[in-house]
Amino acid sequence: MNRRFSWFNATSLTLGFAFLYLPMVILVIFSFNASKLVTVWAGFSTKWYGELLGNQAFLDAAWVTLKVAVLSSTLATILGTMAAYVLVRAGRFTGRTLFSGMVYAPIVMPEVITGLAMLLLFIAIGLDRGVTTIVLAHTTFTMCFVSVVVSSRLVTFDKSLEEAALDLGCTPFDAFRSVTLPIIAPAVISGWLLAFTLSLDDLVIASFAAGPSSTTLPMKIFSSVRLGVSPEINALSTIMIGIVTVGVITASLVSKRSIARQRAEEQAAVRTT
Amino acid sequence: MNLRRLFLIATPYAWLAFFFLVPFGIVFKIALSDYAISIPPYTPTLDLSQGWAGVKEFLDGLDFENFTFLASDALYIKAYLSSLKIAAISTFITLLVAYPIAYGMAQAPDEWRPTLMMLVILPFWTSFLIRVYSWIGILSGEGFLNQILMWTGIISQPLTILNTNTAVYIGIVYTYLPFMILPIYAALEKLDISLIEAAEDLGCTRIQAFWLVTFPLSRPGVIAGCFLVFIPALGEFVIPSILGGNETLMIGKTLYDEFFANRDWPVASAVAVVLLLLLIVPIILFQRNEQKQREAGL
Repeated sequence: MNRRFSWFNATSLTLGFAFLYLPMVILVIFSFNASKLVTVWAGFSTKWYGELLGNQAFLDAAWVTLKVAVLSSTLATILGTMAAYVLVRAGRFTGRTLFSGMVYAPIVMPEVITGLAMLLLFIAIGLDRGVTTIVLAHTTFTMCFVSVVVSSRLVTFDKSLEEAALDLGCTPFDAFRSVTLPIIAPAVISGWLLAFTLSLDDLVIASFAAGPSSTTLPMKIFSSVRLGVSPEINALSTIMIGIVTVGVITASLVSKRSIARQRAEEQAAVRTT
Repeated sequence: MNLRRLFLIATPYAWLAFFFLVPFGIVFKIALSDYAISIPPYTPTLDLSQGWAGVKEFLDGLDFENFTFLASDALYIKAYLSSLKIAAISTFITLLVAYPIAYGMAQAPDEWRPTLMMLVILPFWTSFLIRVYSWIGILSGEGFLNQILMWTGIISQPLTILNTNTAVYIGIVYTYLPFMILPIYAALEKLDISLIEAAEDLGCTRIQAFWLVTFPLSRPGVIAGCFLVFIPALGEFVIPSILGGNETLMIGKTLYDEFFANRDWPVASAVAVVLLLLLIVPIILFQRNEQKQREAGL
């Protein structure tokens, strides 16, 4: 649907995006404020970035967060892709309904409940809380998001391609590696990115699963935010917003180029036949 | 069934069963236990070394005392009702804000759309915590909103917005807005323009055509968006604890405080069980709606 792009449409888009972006723009601008008072402008300065880089507690937390995010999103991508494959391709098996329920439930579950449940499990089996437990907890809730992303791609792709590979003598694993995986690779990569971002961002589940020696960055931010606004947190936020913006724009440009290349290849294939 | 297939199914199955299903079993069990000053702080604990006698003793120790406690204490009932109210009102406001944006996107020229889509999705990838935090500087007593309002002469005394329910509403609307825009946009984008033209040819004004044709046809997107905002808002913890104040009662925060501040695990577990029961109805309705859409799409 599109026609008459009216003044009303233009105004609602402008106001809407202003509402979405203005708070973040203000945050970024005031991270360069010389004054400790975050709402009064006192000249340009990058001193809060310097203080941030000199703050060992923040650096330690950032390192823990990064470690957890890389490990858990990688594990989640493997498990989530397997789960998606089982849901879409494995057909009937005993307990299928329970399985698909378990794949979708963590997505709609409030984080406080998931976090509490995980913590009680770790205590029940006597696992010491720390980086390991955060990784296990994050893997469990992010693998479900990966499997949703990957299964939506698996559903749309032609099963006969796999069957042709099997007919031509591939083992099921070879068929998966050389036919299925290249086709679903974009979905697997976006699944990994989604899991990585969710893990970086998570406060509630990490607070339940973390031990005293393993503070993540969101936990650190949360405890200092509770005391009020601070220019250091503004600087940290600016860095994080910058990384996300660059990442999302790059990803969209790369996918645009790969779609264009795919189209060109398809057209070339049509012409040669 | 060959070994490879078994491995493929069993690995994610076992993982989810152990890390998702079993923990919920434990939550239910502890919800039926009693508070005790010990480690872990509840009783009874299952002692399998005593064989059947141990299991029997364990089962005798379980009761619904925590649930009767929740039902008798006005604080918990108030927290549940106030979460429902806050989630419902903020879902409605989000709908009012999101619809014109989604409508504008659907009406926009084709070449703008990828950029507009990216602008809606970008905040979703940005840290939730940071987006909530960014409102503290705007809403506080000496914050930007009060500065602007006082500078323009609309108010003479700063308004107290931060640490009230109003701030919680703003926070929820702001952070969940993309979840409402995207499904509505998806529904509007598919809409066949000739239906609206037909309505107008038959004598409808633009506004009548909107209410008689466009809005009813976008309803699946509106319903999906409302669920996507309402369900997570109900159990929200971060927004009420950063933007809310003492008057803000939300059950997710109550659960967190019960566990970490009061260290009452059985009551925290019982709160979790009740919250889960409260959520089951909207979740099932949401999945029905999705299923219906999928069948209609085929």
